[in-house]
Amino acid sequence: MKEQSTSVASLERQLKKHSKAAKLEVWGRVVSFSALVLIVAVVVAIIGFVASKGIATFTTNHVSLWDFLTGKNWNPGIKDAHGKPEVGALSMIVGSFLITILSALIATPFAIGTAVFMNEISPNRGAKILRPVTELLVGIPSVVYGFIGLSVVVPFTRSVFGGSGFGILSGTFVLFVMVLPTVTSMSADALRAVPRFYREASLALGATQWQTIYKVVLRAATPGLMTAVVFGMARAFGEALAVQMVIGNAALMPHSLVDPAATLTSVLTTGIGNTVMGSLQNNALWSLALVLLLMSLVFNLIVRLIGRKGRLQ
Amino acid sequence: MFVNNDVQTNANDMLERHIVQPNDPQHPIVLATEDLHVFYGKSEALFEGDLQFAQNQITALIGPSGSGKSTYLRSLNRMNDRIATVKGRIMYRGVDVNQPDIDVYEMRRRIGMVFQRPNPFAKSIYDNVAFALRLRGVTGKKKLDELVEVSLRQAALWDQVKDDLGRSALGLSGGQAQRLCIARAIALKPDILLLDEPASALDPVSTSQLEDTLLKLKEQYTIIIVTHNMQQAARISEYTAFFNQGRVLEYDTTSHIFTNPRVQITSDYVSGNFG
Repeated sequence: MKEQSTSVASLERQLKKHSKAAKLEVWGRVVSFSALVLIVAVVVAIIGFVASKGIATFTTNHVSLWDFLTGKNWNPGIKDAHGKPEVGALSMIVGSFLITILSALIATPFAIGTAVFMNEISPNRGAKILRPVTELLVGIPSVVYGFIGLSVVVPFTRSVFGGSGFGILSGTFVLFVMVLPTVTSMSADALRAVPRFYREASLALGATQWQTIYKVVLRAATPGLMTAVVFGMARAFGEALAVQMVIGNAALMPHSLVDPAATLTSVLTTGIGNTVMGSLQNNALWSLALVLLLMSLVFNLIVRLIGRKGRLQ
Repeated sequence: MFVNNDVQTNANDMLERHIVQPNDPQHPIVLATEDLHVFYGKSEALFEGDLQFAQNQITALIGPSGSGKSTYLRSLNRMNDRIATVKGRIMYRGVDVNQPDIDVYEMRRRIGMVFQRPNPFAKSIYDNVAFALRLRGVTGKKKLDELVEVSLRQAALWDQVKDDLGRSALGLSGGQAQRLCIARAIALKPDILLLDEPASALDPVSTSQLEDTLLKLKEQYTIIIVTHNMQQAARISEYTAFFNQGRVLEYDTTSHIFTNPRVQITSDYVSGNFG
């Protein structure tokens, strides 16, 4: 009887003794949780900082939000006839959207075509050559793209489409090449996620390979393909350096695709070093940054909505 | 050329084999393979599959995993074209369909296939059945409605889904989904229906419903079915082929295979001693 109770006690002691592995587990949880806290704090701090600075234009400098969003003249250092500062951002907003939508429009068919070739038509060559190439293109620094744009695309646009060569069209061409690999590799992922049995079922019903791709694979991959395009647009919208090098940087309402223009990002990169913290010129730039930030949030939201819709199907 | 009633004994290799091709004047041979070999890369998965299939009968292909029965079945309508090399002749009503100039898409409309896992498209029930019809150019709504209904009725699914044909096919149960896949395959009115373990993902009740459906479909189609379930083969098929290690070791009427197998390995397999 006594022997039994001692063995129970020793078993209990053994079971309650926290092993080294159990202590390590707690430690691991603490480390990963603090990493999460740090990241969240950084994101919140950035959003808070940009928002507080960006709002200062409207609260401290009393610019009306309407004037900011619809005004066509961007010259924060100068006051207009009514004594109001010229901080109309419409031309940049239009420039950013134009260049984003145009480059996405051109890039999407090429990207999906390449992804279809890589995945459906020639998977072997796709895996061996095209995938590494597209992944390499993702890694090229944007300044290199901009430099090539400046020395090849701008003269090309000038001789073919006229104008100075600097403008939205050149920016579109450069961004087309820049977003192509992103959209391509994400489209390829979307196609790869379509189960093989869809293709088999379609082929077994006598559908040709093209019919299978068009009627089954692309349909099933549509949410993924849309996500790819939106990601490409987000990249195009946020790209600064390469665009700034070829767009001409004139904060004017673009009247044609070959006139010099500006985007939110290009005005930020050219202007941010030349203003004094706390001045209206500086605050106005922060307001542009806030618009950019909000737009990237919108892009993220769209991606999430598409993803949710895709899951519900 | 197709009627071969002799018991083949293969003296060249030491394997014990017993192959009796169907010979029933009421059920002529519609499909036959001659000297069929299948290679995955350099390794040979199927060494010799010489079988003949009788019209409006169910032929079961049984054998342990990896015995080559699915490989054989998938070769019959050339679903293996892109992943394997298939050598030999596949005689479909006198035409060798394993020639390069055969339009495989046209051929697959005559030799349909249903897979192991129910694989309906993420479309409505109606659109699933109408898929192949539309590809073939059937567009009239009345004609489509009629063909969809007939196919669903033949697959014994009509009564369960007739009120919500517009619902997504992904919401169907496993057994219903598999019968939808059969309806989809027979919408084109194929000549031959190949089934690759169609009941392996289904529960016993759905399996028995599926078997009833197949027995009815036999009146209009020639059915070749791969199955792991020996009772299923015994219940529904007229002829059974036993595969082992890439070879057909025994082929005869199902009653012979299950009651009086001539080859020792077949006997062991159908009695559950191995496999």
